[in-house]
Amino acid sequence: MITAVRKPMEEIIACVSPYDRILLVGCNECVSVCSAGGRKEVALLSSALQMHFLKQGKTIEIREMTLERQCDPEYVEELVNYMDGADAVLSMACGCGVQTIAARFREKPVFPAVNTTFMGASERQGVWSERCQGCGDCVLGITGGICPIARCSKRLLNGPCGGSTKGKCEIDANVDCAWQLIWDRLKALGLEKRIEDVIEAKDWRTSRDGGPRKIVREDLAS
Amino acid sequence: MTDIFEPEIVAFCCHYCAYTAADMAGSKRISYPPNVKIIRVPCTGKVDAIHIMKALEKGADGVYVAGCLEGDCHFKTGNLRAAQRVRRVKALLEEIGFDSRRVEMILMSAGMGERFAQTAREFTEKIRELGPNPIRSAIQEQARRAAG
Repeated sequence: MITAVRKPMEEIIACVSPYDRILLVGCNECVSVCSAGGRKEVALLSSALQMHFLKQGKTIEIREMTLERQCDPEYVEELVNYMDGADAVLSMACGCGVQTIAARFREKPVFPAVNTTFMGASERQGVWSERCQGCGDCVLGITGGICPIARCSKRLLNGPCGGSTKGKCEIDANVDCAWQLIWDRLKALGLEKRIEDVIEAKDWRTSRDGGPRKIVREDLAS
Repeated sequence: MTDIFEPEIVAFCCHYCAYTAADMAGSKRISYPPNVKIIRVPCTGKVDAIHIMKALEKGADGVYVAGCLEGDCHFKTGNLRAAQRVRRVKALLEEIGFDSRRVEMILMSAGMGERFAQTAREFTEKIRELGPNPIRSAIQEQARRAAG
């Protein structure tokens, strides 16, 4: 999922304070799962903003909406009836959702209420870790299902480096060395020999080096 | 004559401990301030951050969540989750410049009738010292202005 964390209240308040009517929009997908921008977080932020402005002697109108998927134009269209009643939109979705709203409603200011952080997986309740950097050329098949791009601090394709100590990375004793994990996993699979295979230099054009990326499925595109 | 400020306090009380402790206080004829309005919940783990925030937003002067002693939760860890949520709400309140001492997590067992009453007295006094919830004052001020 795409993970996010709420921005500091001070920053959110500074964005919305010039406006009297706010449309606060959450998303039912990734940011709901990582408890950053779903229905509950929308309600909580709305309540906190109301309290802040009431304390300042200002009344603001906040309409709460949580869309099924904010990065999808067909769901964003559901906002059309509420836009006239809003001076600004505050989005709790990831950057994709914020931009989808901004593209559809060009005349309305749209502000992000969360910082989109990474593509990750849930480790346990309340803990999410980065697992994928969307490099566009997946190597998980040869690295035992552990991504050296997302999980090795140096993105080494042929690790580990000299900074690996007792299975931990030199950047932080709490960070696992991805290449230790890869070795352990290959060993468990009986594929230790694979560690000796040299992985050739990666073609980063499939990643951000090729500029903003796009997928066009001709069988689906209209 | 100066009006004495009587705080309105919302107490989310777990059915298995604090609520029973309140009952125990009653059975023992131990009085506690009528300022405390009890909301019975099946477990404090059921109390969400939004419940606490809404109570304050609607004008409650203080809110406390009263759950079981550590290790005694009927649902294993509901009280610990509630304590984490209370901490989260307190942090959010601090972020918007609202005195987080108006929200507390309190632990007790079903047999602690005296502790329930004492907690109610102490919390009421603490909120009395902090004064009215500034949100309530703002709501009342707005209503006065609207009425002309």
